[in-house]
Amino acid sequence: MTEQAIVTQEAQARALSDDEIVRKAHRSETRFALIGLTVLIVTMIVLMALIVDFAIDGMARIDRDFLTSFPSRRPGEAGILSAWVGTALVILVTAAMAVPLGVAAGLYLEEYARTNWITDLIEINVSNLAGVPSIIYGLLALGLFVQTFQLGQTIFVAGLTLALLILPIIIVATREAVRSIPLEIREAAYGLGADKWQTVSGYILPAARPGILTGAIVGMSRAIGETAPIITIGALTFIAFLPPSPIQSTFPYVNADWLNSPFTVLPIQMFNWISRPQAGFHVNAAATGLILLAMTLLMNGLAIWLRYKIRKGIR
Amino acid sequence: MVSQSHATAAADPFEVSEAFLKRRRLVDLTMRCILFLAASLSILVTAGIVYVLVSEAAHFFAQVSIVDFLTDTQWTPVFQEKHFGIMTLVSGTLMTSAIALIVAVPAGTILSIYLSEFAQPQVREAIKPILELISGVPTVAFGYFALLFVTPLFQTFIPGLSGFNLLVPGIVIGIMILPFIVSVSEDAMRAVPNSLREGAYALGFTRLQTSVRVVIPGAFSGITAAYILGMSRAVGETMVVAIAAGQQAKIAVNPLEGAATITAYIVQISLGDLPHGSIAYLTIFAAGLTLFVITFLFNILAFWLRRKYREVY
Repeated sequence: MTEQAIVTQEAQARALSDDEIVRKAHRSETRFALIGLTVLIVTMIVLMALIVDFAIDGMARIDRDFLTSFPSRRPGEAGILSAWVGTALVILVTAAMAVPLGVAAGLYLEEYARTNWITDLIEINVSNLAGVPSIIYGLLALGLFVQTFQLGQTIFVAGLTLALLILPIIIVATREAVRSIPLEIREAAYGLGADKWQTVSGYILPAARPGILTGAIVGMSRAIGETAPIITIGALTFIAFLPPSPIQSTFPYVNADWLNSPFTVLPIQMFNWISRPQAGFHVNAAATGLILLAMTLLMNGLAIWLRYKIRKGIR
Repeated sequence: MVSQSHATAAADPFEVSEAFLKRRRLVDLTMRCILFLAASLSILVTAGIVYVLVSEAAHFFAQVSIVDFLTDTQWTPVFQEKHFGIMTLVSGTLMTSAIALIVAVPAGTILSIYLSEFAQPQVREAIKPILELISGVPTVAFGYFALLFVTPLFQTFIPGLSGFNLLVPGIVIGIMILPFIVSVSEDAMRAVPNSLREGAYALGFTRLQTSVRVVIPGAFSGITAAYILGMSRAVGETMVVAIAAGQQAKIAVNPLEGAATITAYIVQISLGDLPHGSIAYLTIFAAGLTLFVITFLFNILAFWLRRKYREVY
């Protein structure tokens, strides 16, 4: 307020009319809006440059052979068959573990937890875990799963590690989805004589499903792109075979051998090709990167669209 | 309830059998326990991380004195003459993180003020998803971008920029953490009650003056939390530096040259096949513990700051 007064005094001293003060304020407003827009546009240009760079470098390399060949010492013959199969299987394990656990934890914190020190501890803990660098999860997996429990460098261990990594994302998404459900729904359920679990499983969970789905998609997309924790486990980078098939023709028609198979995933294959000196491998890396980008951007786009639909539904 | 009333219809249509209630109570209690166990699993994860890092690092510090670890100026764990000065790696990490913050803090602050105070709601709704897309890009893709697009581009106008350097990864990490900083600080700015803004407008403040003198001070702890969380992410970022910053461990003074960071070192060692228990194997846990402690302190500080602004409004 005193500064306003000073401004007015200065204006009087320089004999500025009210009009001029207003105009001056308008000018600085416009200037800031322009700066904001510039920053925004520059950010978008960078994102565009990234996508276009991958498209130019890698588009021509993607064909049927690239998707159906194993890695090779000759860049022209190498492909990503083992990598995309590995990614698909690892993500399957991750989803199967992270989604039920994350949803259960989120439901507990939002619906059941009383305000006490245990709840406080869990909350601080989840928020800290969300900020722990991914490579630390890799060291956890190396020290605990690979060395102490001797589980080996397998699809199961990779899926488990990534599940722990994305757990906070799913917990937070579940909590937000549950929190946005109107209190009346709970009251109506209790009024009909439902107990806590009947309310949660019959009314809260179905209503929160789209929000939870959004979180799960974002989490999966994060897991698909993660490289560092899987490198730390010590995943081999030259895998020229596929894990055993999860489906078989004889009883019981499914088998779990693939869980214990060595593997490679798309980001690891890409990292491996980037670190080679030959330009041919860089082209392969760009092609793999383009596929990864397409997958993660599509999944994030889907999540954003879902969230938009939810918000419209609530209004 | 429906099947229940059938069973006891003869006596009283509204009576519920004891056995039914007992079963329901049991299910309710069991589910409560299962959900609680799922929630406490997160504590187990943290405990696991701390246990692994501390127990392996303890083996390391049994062989290397902690004073050497913190004061030595060389890091050569796989050479004949071994040195274990973590400060070399820490300097690389701090250099890239500082560059990232120099990019992300001004840009993030301007963007969040723009989005929260200036932009039309429709514009804001259109922009935020695009920012989210940036945070969805895999980090290994940013690494490729830094090494094979941005570095060659910068070399055309920065003479003396090496193929591996700290400047470009720093800038790229800055862009990566930008959406995160914007979303946390915009969240804090929007938590400032409208009555404060209206008061400022009534006194004749412009939008810019309101932003700088009312909204930013009001959201100060939240904005600070955004910077700290951004810093924590920059420190922990791995793939960009592992690909584009080089692997030479030395005290980083010149951002135009390459140097290893804590995370890049861990990746470099993990790629080789080191025997379990060897001193080089143990170094990655000592380095990981250092990284964990740094990010943990940042995360707790930020958590506390964010909670503070939530309490105020």
